[in-house]
Amino acid sequence: MQIIIKNGRIINPATKHDKVADILICEQNIVKISGEIKSKEAHIIDASGKIVSPGFIDLHAHLREPGREDKETIETGLISAVTGGFTSVCPMPNTQPACDNQAQVKFLLDKSAAIGLARILPVGAITKGRQGKEMTEMCELKEAGCLGVSDDGDSVEDPGVLKRAMEYASMAGLVVMVHCEDKKLASGGVMNEGYWSTILGLRPIPQEAESIIVERDIQLARRAGARLHIQHVSTRKSIEAIREAKRRGDRITAEATPHHFTLTDEDLKGYDTNMKVNPPLRSQDDVQAVKEAIADGTIDAIATDHAPHCESEKEKEFDFAPFGMIGFETALSLSVTELLEKGMIDWKGIIEKMSYNPARVIGYRGGNIAEGEPADITVIDPEKEWEYTREKIRSKSSNSPFIGRRMKAAVTDVIVGGQMVLTAGKIVRGR
Amino acid sequence: METRTAIKWTKKNLLGIEDLEAAEISAILEQAHSFKSVLERTIPKVPPLRGKTIVMLFCEPSTRTRASFELAAKRLSADTMNFATSTSSFLKGETLKDTARNIEAMKVDMIVIRHGCSGAPHFLSNCVNASVINAGDGMHEHPTQALLDVYTIKEKLGRIKELKVSIIGDIAHSRVARSNILALKKLGAEVTICGPKTLIPKDAEKMGVKVTYEISEALKDADAINILRIQRERQNEALLPSLREYASRFGITTEILRKYARKEVLIMHPGPINRGIEISQDVADSEFSVILDQVTNGVAVRMATLFLISMVK
Repeated sequence: MQIIIKNGRIINPATKHDKVADILICEQNIVKISGEIKSKEAHIIDASGKIVSPGFIDLHAHLREPGREDKETIETGLISAVTGGFTSVCPMPNTQPACDNQAQVKFLLDKSAAIGLARILPVGAITKGRQGKEMTEMCELKEAGCLGVSDDGDSVEDPGVLKRAMEYASMAGLVVMVHCEDKKLASGGVMNEGYWSTILGLRPIPQEAESIIVERDIQLARRAGARLHIQHVSTRKSIEAIREAKRRGDRITAEATPHHFTLTDEDLKGYDTNMKVNPPLRSQDDVQAVKEAIADGTIDAIATDHAPHCESEKEKEFDFAPFGMIGFETALSLSVTELLEKGMIDWKGIIEKMSYNPARVIGYRGGNIAEGEPADITVIDPEKEWEYTREKIRSKSSNSPFIGRRMKAAVTDVIVGGQMVLTAGKIVRGR
Repeated sequence: METRTAIKWTKKNLLGIEDLEAAEISAILEQAHSFKSVLERTIPKVPPLRGKTIVMLFCEPSTRTRASFELAAKRLSADTMNFATSTSSFLKGETLKDTARNIEAMKVDMIVIRHGCSGAPHFLSNCVNASVINAGDGMHEHPTQALLDVYTIKEKLGRIKELKVSIIGDIAHSRVARSNILALKKLGAEVTICGPKTLIPKDAEKMGVKVTYEISEALKDADAINILRIQRERQNEALLPSLREYASRFGITTEILRKYARKEVLIMHPGPINRGIEISQDVADSEFSVILDQVTNGVAVRMATLFLISMVK
């Protein structure tokens, strides 16, 4: 099958390309990019007035399968991902059982291949069962297709275990992706420590619960010679540590989520459990620091931390509700509203943070619209305004505090490996 | 007390002092004043809530607050029902939402809720049509306690504006402290909070209060002091080295008062008291202690709250 994407503004940070052109896709690959391409048998996508981006890559999501298929399945998760413009997703290994061996990785890859929507870029656990004790069989994980390892949801508490795991991961060629949280300092807290935790009477999590572990992991990774990626950065102090490490030349990258640059701890008044996330929503100053870090490149990637939970789990007292919110379908619009429209970054910046850089972070050959490359492409209507409603949500869960919000910019078409999977905002299945 | 400020009460719920304007607080205090005289009659009962059903949904142990609300409801001729459970039982079994909807299916008009989790009354108010009254939620608010505290201060000292009130003890975990700070600030008092640094919440001074770790500072020139209960668990959480050291540094004794406080300083405590820890025996029973007046006023203030809320549909 041939597809031509016509008249779109192609923004491709990998080649510093930003101009209107046509793209010809044959089978799985991009075969030609040129001023005007004609073909009788090709399916035409009219991208006039639209932005053509390399497919978005989400470094951080929870697809819940196996174990919690009541919240999300690989299939519903990938439907939601594609709806948000993601052509590749890194599911975190905190499934039940944890993704800590090659059989689990194979399960993910087989299942996603059969579903045929977005690609899965597997991330295995750092330690067996995410218990923080024994490292996983990382060489086998790598062979099975893992690009990184993470114990997301927890830090590896024992620094000795983590240092050895980092050494081993660097030998295996895996990125070590770390969730930074000192559980003892967080001490059962449920929101950011500050004026608003005092006002709301919710148990506080100090910012240092994150930044102390960021500093620790940076030092351990330097010692171990590991490629370190800091997940969901939320505080100014963490950002300062990352900026300093980058300045020194450490091989370190970082991500931030749309909710951490959109919402603050003040938004928790009203006790909306859909805003209960880990790391917690931080102060206005931290939000500003995250935005600046995205703009100056200290933060490389925007990742969703898409974390579906059932309504019955979230409809509880704040203390009892689980942490997390869904994020695939709102990531682009929130980035446009909070970063682009506020002048922090331009469209090239958004595409770098959502596609090109994530590919580099995880060492994946993607995020590039060039002849001969796999055809993973996301087409965006940059001017479209729409309302995010419960009915529109394609994830199996609807735990989002953004329901009812006016959104700017929408994903209209998505191509994965030369197959159209989203057209005019609707999922298309089957070949 | 003061002359009427005639405001129209419009609040369907009482979730916290944070939602009230100064005029609304004054309206409750005025209403409470007229109900207090009812309590002194031979037959201390009036009919305005006849036919109304009020549920006491207590998900945390409480004796005095529940008894006070129950008595207030009965003095207004409402029917009351107790529904006791434990906060932690909501972690397993039936959810708070289901419990509340079951209660509401019995056609109740108001739910008075005490819960160990901050924000539980807010959550409840989103689940039910009945009015919700917060009788203490986690570390957040205990609005009727603050109302009875300011009522008592006003009754004894004639005003709230420009008075100096110090709150002493575990501020971090105290809903009484938060509600009192809000109510006192809204009515124009100067508030000082005092306690060990581990029990003072982050950025407390942004609430417009003075923070001190010196008891002498807290007592100096204070018109009233509100002494909070020290919960023994705090020592297990390693927030205090020992209750002994707490008592010696922050405990209110006759000697400490004589040394630093004005002679006629009003002594308040929301109870229950740990005699010999945060307050000494003789101070609790001294002539300037209004601890039992607080309890009496609690019934009047809760009558006023139930009454005003019952008028809103």
